[in-house]
Amino acid sequence: MNSPDDFPDGAPVGREGAAAPTIRRTSSAFGTPGLDSTVRRHDLNDVFIRHPEATFLMRAAGDEMRGAGIADGDVLLVDRALTAHPGHVIIAVVEGELRCRRLERPGGKRGAVHLVAADPAVAPIAVTEDAPLEVWGVVTTVIRSLV
Amino acid sequence: MYALVDGNNFYVSCERVFAPRLAGKAVVVLSSNDGACIARSNEAKDLGVKMAQPWFQVRHLEKTAGLIAVSANHELYGDMSARMMAVEARYAPRQEVYSIDESFLDFDGVRDDRVATGRAMRAAILKETGIPTSVGFGATKTLAKLANHIAKTADRLPGSYPAYLAQVCDFGRLSRPELDALFAATDVGAVWGVGRRTTEKLKAGGIHTVLDLLRADVTCLRRQFSVVLEKTLRELHGISCLALDDAPPTRQQILVSRSFGTPITDVDGILEAVSEFASRAAERLRQQGSVAGAIGVYFTTSPFRTNDRQHSVNVTVPLARPSGDTAVLMRAAETAVRSQFRAGFRYAKAGAILTGLQPAGREQGALDLFCGPDDAADAPPPPPDPRARLMTALDALNHRFGRDSVRLGSTAMASNGAEVAVWATKQERRSPRYTTRWDEMPVVRA
Repeated sequence: MNSPDDFPDGAPVGREGAAAPTIRRTSSAFGTPGLDSTVRRHDLNDVFIRHPEATFLMRAAGDEMRGAGIADGDVLLVDRALTAHPGHVIIAVVEGELRCRRLERPGGKRGAVHLVAADPAVAPIAVTEDAPLEVWGVVTTVIRSLV
Repeated sequence: MYALVDGNNFYVSCERVFAPRLAGKAVVVLSSNDGACIARSNEAKDLGVKMAQPWFQVRHLEKTAGLIAVSANHELYGDMSARMMAVEARYAPRQEVYSIDESFLDFDGVRDDRVATGRAMRAAILKETGIPTSVGFGATKTLAKLANHIAKTADRLPGSYPAYLAQVCDFGRLSRPELDALFAATDVGAVWGVGRRTTEKLKAGGIHTVLDLLRADVTCLRRQFSVVLEKTLRELHGISCLALDDAPPTRQQILVSRSFGTPITDVDGILEAVSEFASRAAERLRQQGSVAGAIGVYFTTSPFRTNDRQHSVNVTVPLARPSGDTAVLMRAAETAVRSQFRAGFRYAKAGAILTGLQPAGREQGALDLFCGPDDAADAPPPPPDPRARLMTALDALNHRFGRDSVRLGSTAMASNGAEVAVWATKQERRSPRYTTRWDEMPVVRA
């Protein structure tokens, strides 16, 4: 549920590239004119990985988050540099294991925080003093290959 | 003013990032061949497991005390190190990566509150990479190391030092009497560059603590000990003798790196530099009679050239078998450079780091079937190893006629990369290479 603004257009190349003169006529002695080295093709790393040091890939196992657009076998980009807020899909540490859940605060600002699956059949996990919230990272992107 | 930033129980911490169930447990990481404990969690230290202790001596603790042992996962540690170093590099204009888990930062001219900066840096590293660190500030590298030791010890053993020095310790903020009290409470063996034998000799002469050493008679020490100790003493007095990129030899890993005067943009330039570093590191490796289990290669743009697009590579290549052979190490380094190099960047610094060191002659040849055909020539079994003799001859010639009188051509090594990227040592308990192998990424229940 990231707004498009969550990801700055990481590819200024696309904008500048169109305007920038990419072909320079040179004397034939210098061979064929090539692409200017400052022009770069779209790079998904630049677009989707805002914090390279803090971004990790994980593979989803299970269908409890299908309602949030995450299917069994999908690859998740997880950014540890982001601070988790209610509404984020996060990776949490639950009973010593990594678990993908949505962070929710159903009772509003003063209410308790829950880890909720995107499947009503799965019980939410309440965050309590005995079982404090341990956020591993925020899921920013889902990768699913269609072929 | 220097800072030394150091990952706490680094290998164990890397394992814990992806296996949270290991938190709070006694964990050790075993060397290649699962022979010895090369990293210990605090809980394992509390059980009495010693550094480099052979596994068979502590194995019973698995059943009796819940000790958990994992095999070294050098690929994972190399990548986590690269991430940690990149975060640290944001906080100071100059960084020297000193080992896989330590870097010196030069804070000269930085006017911010150092303790606050240190805490912010520590928090950022922990949040972004999951690795807990300790930070020490001192006027010299030796003092920064010592401050780091105190920061770490104060955190691990409450009561050993004042609690406010835990995690981040800045000698620059302490008064002379405060410093002397710390030094009086610190064993002389904790000083960087004072090895075990020197420690024994010092203690035999009545010098037990860092304060004793500081107050010892310099001329007397000079007669008994090497010039290295004199340098150390001057550094402890706050007179800087070691610049960045200038360090006494470390035993756990060997690093050779350099900033380039002019940025390098082409793959050949990086190859040449990294090959040179690998070759020099290999020579140091053989000097201390070791072989390496992995070679790391890094090259990076300068974060301080803010107009430059940034790219940073730090990749660790495990060797099929621990090796001290320049050709093997250069070949691995070259493969790493070729696979990671991206054109269009102005690289400002590069380095090669040898890790997983162990004494030469203890390598196991048992899994040779995993190695390429051309390894048969440079591998044991026969003790009078022709490659080892070649390396000895190479070192002798270079020693006699000057560095690089004779060297291996890096291009000649490109032909076969079969040695690298094959994990063939006995690694029964190795965790997945979570961050470097597509089919080994962490699985999360969703």
